[in-house]
Amino acid sequence: MTELATYNFAYLDEQTKRMIRRAILKAIAIPGYQVPFASREMPMPYGWGTGGVQVTASIIGPEDVLKVIDQGADDTTNAVSIRAFFQKVANVAVTTHTKDATIIQTRHRIPEQQLEKGQVLVYQVPIPEPLRFLEPRETETRKMHALEEYGLMHVKLYEDIARHGRISTTYAYPVKVAGRYVMDPSPTPKFDNPKMHMSEALQLFGAGREKRIYAVPPYTDVVSLDFEDYPFEIQKFEQPCALCGAQGVYLDEVVLDDKGGRMFVCSDTDHCEDRREHGHAGEMLAPAKEAAE
Amino acid sequence: MYVAVKGGEAAINNAHRLLADRRRGDRSLPSVTIEQIVEQLGLAVDRVMAEASLYDRTLAALAVRQSRGDLIEAIFLLRAYRTTLPRFGTSVPVDTAGMTVERRVSATYKDLPGGQLLGPTFDYTHRLLDPSLLSDEPIEEPARKSASGEHVMRVSDILAHEGLIEADGEFPEDNEAGDLTREPLEFPMGRDLRLQALARGDEGFLLALGYSTQRGYGRNHPFVGEVRIGEVEVELEVAELGFAISLGRIRVTECQMVNQFKGSSKAPPQFTRGYGLVFGQSERKAMSMSLVDRALRAEELGEDVTAPAQDEEFVISHSDNVQATGFVEHLKLPHYVDFQAELALVRKMRADIEKTRRDGNHNPDQEAAE
Repeated sequence: MTELATYNFAYLDEQTKRMIRRAILKAIAIPGYQVPFASREMPMPYGWGTGGVQVTASIIGPEDVLKVIDQGADDTTNAVSIRAFFQKVANVAVTTHTKDATIIQTRHRIPEQQLEKGQVLVYQVPIPEPLRFLEPRETETRKMHALEEYGLMHVKLYEDIARHGRISTTYAYPVKVAGRYVMDPSPTPKFDNPKMHMSEALQLFGAGREKRIYAVPPYTDVVSLDFEDYPFEIQKFEQPCALCGAQGVYLDEVVLDDKGGRMFVCSDTDHCEDRREHGHAGEMLAPAKEAAE
Repeated sequence: MYVAVKGGEAAINNAHRLLADRRRGDRSLPSVTIEQIVEQLGLAVDRVMAEASLYDRTLAALAVRQSRGDLIEAIFLLRAYRTTLPRFGTSVPVDTAGMTVERRVSATYKDLPGGQLLGPTFDYTHRLLDPSLLSDEPIEEPARKSASGEHVMRVSDILAHEGLIEADGEFPEDNEAGDLTREPLEFPMGRDLRLQALARGDEGFLLALGYSTQRGYGRNHPFVGEVRIGEVEVELEVAELGFAISLGRIRVTECQMVNQFKGSSKAPPQFTRGYGLVFGQSERKAMSMSLVDRALRAEELGEDVTAPAQDEEFVISHSDNVQATGFVEHLKLPHYVDFQAELALVRKMRADIEKTRRDGNHNPDQEAAE
């Protein structure tokens, strides 16, 4: 039987890591520009975070502390799986606490707690091209970026307003980075867009299947596209988190029964747990606590 | 009361344990061996090797077994292994004219040097289920004849003598073939990279695209110049030695499709070619590949690009089944954060419409004003 491979630290070989680091450096140098890179075939499926995993694998060191979230939660299956992958191939420390992590790999959310200098947020990106659904051809969209020709995107947003009375993009809401490139923030809800602006943390975006890496360096302008008379707005929830009582955070709707009963809880599980540990309680938690006492 | 979803890790472990159980199936039956898969499911093994771009029967068979016979999953397993292997160098182009052919058919000539050789083909079998295969009955040894030693010249070489077919084309001396798996994909591609992508492309996808060209979506008047299956030598030039040494032999299927071409302002009328080369025995794949290769040359040959099979970006971006299956199946991952955003939007839009309707009923003046 052929002898199977043993794997390098963090799975990727050092040559590959160097290649990816070069792409990352270029991406940081040109904020919002999509740098093509020779994405490798990873031992997890395309579309399941191969881009983010390659970026993380290329920047992680033995001293790093890794946090992985999906939908804001540390315990969603794919987050568990990716965390376990890095524990296995890099044997790094992992955490669920946002503030303790040096690298946070995410799918679809930015943590509620403000990120700090020195932290790196790695986004998993399915379709890196913000213009893709307006123009399916890569050869065309690259030209549009080169010429800074973003009229099509504004027409799309305008048509939304004409048809629906508002911009009907709720996630993967396009942003302009450092006044130059229009960028897809990955399918995070637009609620998270303001967190990207002037962030102290380095933000890296990896799209494995589409073979693109892009970046937002710390302290960079990230502006959500809008119109003077229809300014960008984020989602607002009418009630606080039912578990920790947090307001102004992104909530998940949890269906409780088949009679229309539902509750809203923090999508960021770490944020929610942290608040509860500090004595905050939402309406669903308080009675249970009382009953127990 | 809502209980936070914990224990994703235990759930994953248990799922994998159950998967292993289902893969093994009834323990009272003997486990299928790697050798059995290699010997008796050889075409499945070939497909996995071809679309994983890794020629290793044992590992491909292991992947087939591990994936419970799901070939795309097996291809994925083998590719994820391949990606970790070091690259020693680039082989010398294989010489398919020097192939030890086991099968060779041409549709363009009744007879030709080297002859027509049917080989191990399903063609002309009557597709009747064979009850004798329900049990393991002895199988006759195949009829053999000694090699004639006759040079099995390629049909393209026959046509080339008269200048009736386009030549192979020349690469500059220092040309290095691209590597799809080591460089980012960019359009438009060179034909070397395009053929690489097609060689590892999904058989079903290429079959459908090839078929579409026959039905008029980018018709290119194909004739099977020849299809040949057999073993070729793989050689590597070693710098220290100054000559090529043999690494071994691999079985490949090659298809040379001969296509009509009316000529253009630049080139006189002559036949053009579509090319297919696949690991192992897979005529369907090699023929589909050559149809699609020819279709994708439309622009190069000054033809109108009107059909999906002629559209390089469309074809190459969607031909990889490991990419496709990953992205299609990722839809089952949680998307509830984005769905929540959409829910809120739809609710708000419905509320707005409801409000407008109500206001409209109570306040006819406003309507009149508009």
